[in-house]
Amino acid sequence: MTLKELNPGQSARIEAVDARQPGVVRLMVLGLIEGVEVQYENSAIGGDPMEVSVHGTAISVRRQQAGSFRISPISTNV
Amino acid sequence: MSETQTAYVPVDKIKIRRRPTASIAVIGNPNSGKSTLFNRLTGLRQTTGNYPGVTVEKHSGILQLSESALELVDLPGIYCLGGFSADERIAVDLLLGRIAGTRQPDGLLIVLDATHLYQGLYLLQQLMEMELPMVVAMTMTDVATSAGIDISIEVLQRHLGGIPIYPVVATTGRGLDTLKEALESISDAPAPSIPESWPELSSTADSLVNHAANTLTRIDMIQALLHPESQQAETLDQQLGAGPVEEIREKLFGDEPPQACEARHRYRWVHNVLRESQHRAPLIERFGARGLRWMNRPWPATLMFFAVMALVFQAVFSWATPMMEGIDQGATWLAEQAGSLLPAGALSSFITDGVIAGVGSVIVFLPQILILFLFIIVLEDSGFLARAAFLMDRIMRTVGLSGQSVIPMLSSFACAVPAIMATRVIPDRRDRIATILAAPFMTCSARLPVYALLIAAFVPDTSVGWFNLQGLVLLGLYLLGIAGGLVTAWLLKRSALRGPKPHFALALPEFRWPNLQTVLIKLLERARVFLKRAGTVIFLVAIIVWGLAYFPRSAEVDSTLQAAIQQAESSYTGDQLAVEIRELENKAAADQLEQSYLGRAGKSIEPVFTPLGWDWRVSAAVIAGFPAREVVVAVMGTIYAVGEDAEEASLAGKLRSATWPDGRPIFTVPMVLGLLLFYAWCLQCAATIATIRRETNSWRWPLFAWTYMTIIGYVGALLIYQLGSLL
Repeated sequence: MTLKELNPGQSARIEAVDARQPGVVRLMVLGLIEGVEVQYENSAIGGDPMEVSVHGTAISVRRQQAGSFRISPISTNV
Repeated sequence: MSETQTAYVPVDKIKIRRRPTASIAVIGNPNSGKSTLFNRLTGLRQTTGNYPGVTVEKHSGILQLSESALELVDLPGIYCLGGFSADERIAVDLLLGRIAGTRQPDGLLIVLDATHLYQGLYLLQQLMEMELPMVVAMTMTDVATSAGIDISIEVLQRHLGGIPIYPVVATTGRGLDTLKEALESISDAPAPSIPESWPELSSTADSLVNHAANTLTRIDMIQALLHPESQQAETLDQQLGAGPVEEIREKLFGDEPPQACEARHRYRWVHNVLRESQHRAPLIERFGARGLRWMNRPWPATLMFFAVMALVFQAVFSWATPMMEGIDQGATWLAEQAGSLLPAGALSSFITDGVIAGVGSVIVFLPQILILFLFIIVLEDSGFLARAAFLMDRIMRTVGLSGQSVIPMLSSFACAVPAIMATRVIPDRRDRIATILAAPFMTCSARLPVYALLIAAFVPDTSVGWFNLQGLVLLGLYLLGIAGGLVTAWLLKRSALRGPKPHFALALPEFRWPNLQTVLIKLLERARVFLKRAGTVIFLVAIIVWGLAYFPRSAEVDSTLQAAIQQAESSYTGDQLAVEIRELENKAAADQLEQSYLGRAGKSIEPVFTPLGWDWRVSAAVIAGFPAREVVVAVMGTIYAVGEDAEEASLAGKLRSATWPDGRPIFTVPMVLGLLLFYAWCLQCAATIATIRRETNSWRWPLFAWTYMTIIGYVGALLIYQLGSLL
């Protein structure tokens, strides 16, 4: 499962990042790396780009790049 | 009586202005409160200049301390020393002292946002490798506390090798005194030990630095390894040969981009540091936060964006009117006073028609321009523009750009010059140039005077539904500018600037009330720039145009006038005589203007603009407006003051009554619409051309932009006038 398939409001942990895909390194420099917890907050109209928060910072991620982040969802009803 | 008096002033009341002894670079993430802190520390003693010989502007201020003074240099807000964008390259070059003619800063003041320590510590870690003396100011501590973020500064400090960290609240000034004390002794501060987040990189860099042939410093070596396209990497290649260097890189980074590996190592370290030094209480959603979250949903946010922009444009027009009328009346009163005090003749005409009518007609627009700038500054500082970039990314993709181009384009509504400089955050050069060439199409504050004058003169002040018709026409002109810019970017991205699709990665700041001091400082700066232009360029142009319009005086016209007046005196009396004399004088003034240098010059270029429906006066004003478009209003003010019906006090009224020699009105609806379109698209601004030249580092793009925009402005105005006149 990738970040692309997350639903708004859902949280997940990033498992693997394919850094060789275009535009991904810039997102890693903003803190989207393996092991961190992210939450899909909002999006622009049409669901693209997505607003993903990591450690309290919201980051704009296009769907194309979101596909390079493999994640495991964290159930929110704990 | 000449007894010496000695005044005693308490020592602490004496303000001594010291010369700065050291230069400190202020650096931090975007939106970290860096500007607010910088403004707090330097107050109004700021300067914006250029570094000698390079295309980077230097924003600096002086910080007066109790024993000394420091020069603070404000660097662009960045997330890493990566060199993705021009901004980042500038910051890196400055920090490493690589900009010719300037030396490396003596120390760093690092701004760390307590609410975004994650990204802040990433940059801090890279900065620590500079091995410069540094002091950390932790901003937003009040916001962090109310958001339930608990930070242990001691633990953080321990992880950061004993680096001094001072919590401050820049908006209220809390903690600033302690920070200043620390800055006073910044050069004595012991160099912090660099945290070890990536031992392999450090040891590789160390052994390469100790290599016999090496000339690079440790930080340069790290840069050379991480950035294969950098200058340092070239030096390293020369020293060791490209093959061995490539082998070293492969061992460190595998087949991934070096910066991806860097991000992994450094953020793992940051993650561990934060686990021990920061505790986040589970977020309790407050009412306001829930409201904000709802407004951030796709549709409400997008509708809000358009509503806010519509409000801005309505406000610019309606709020400024009373102030503008005040200034207008003031200028008219001043001209009347000067006219009655001075003897009739060249001097009186110079003061009233040249100086007051010319410069006054531009100063009138100060309220409008300041209101516009106020909105743009507030939208930027509150985080609204970054949100706009996010919401508009999809639309920008259709023209081949990304949301990152939205911020420069929106700030271009105030002025294209800072907007073009704001394109430095755009990573790809082609995307950056396409944005630079689209930005001058946006309706800037200097176009407002022209629009405002023509709209006020020729668009009826009535309502259409909820809206004011004048406001709607203005909105249409803004849309015309946006369309021109977007189509231009689309065409360029499809031809000369074809390249890979741009990516879009942007940290979105949360909504924040802007800081009053920061807003005021920026606004004052804009007012200063505008008034300086009115006082220098526009003043000069107004004087030259007045001279060209006033000289040479024709004795023939004068004697004809005298003869006609004598004749009138014999056939009329009383009020009728006065009316008759005024009419004769007006006609004589018009005749004088027509045979003046300006009249002759205007007539000789008139054929070029006749197909657009412009007479020689409009043509002359438009030509004079090429260095700075707001000049056109000043020139029209002068031309029509010299040669028109003195009954009409306002310039708008004079334009309405202007006629061709055969009595047809010059300013017809198609002509005015064409003129407006010409102003919407034409690049009449020397400052913008110079900025494009500086930012693209070639004459090619400014020349292209000027030619292209002038042609489409002319053709557009031609089509509208010709088609409109057929109807």
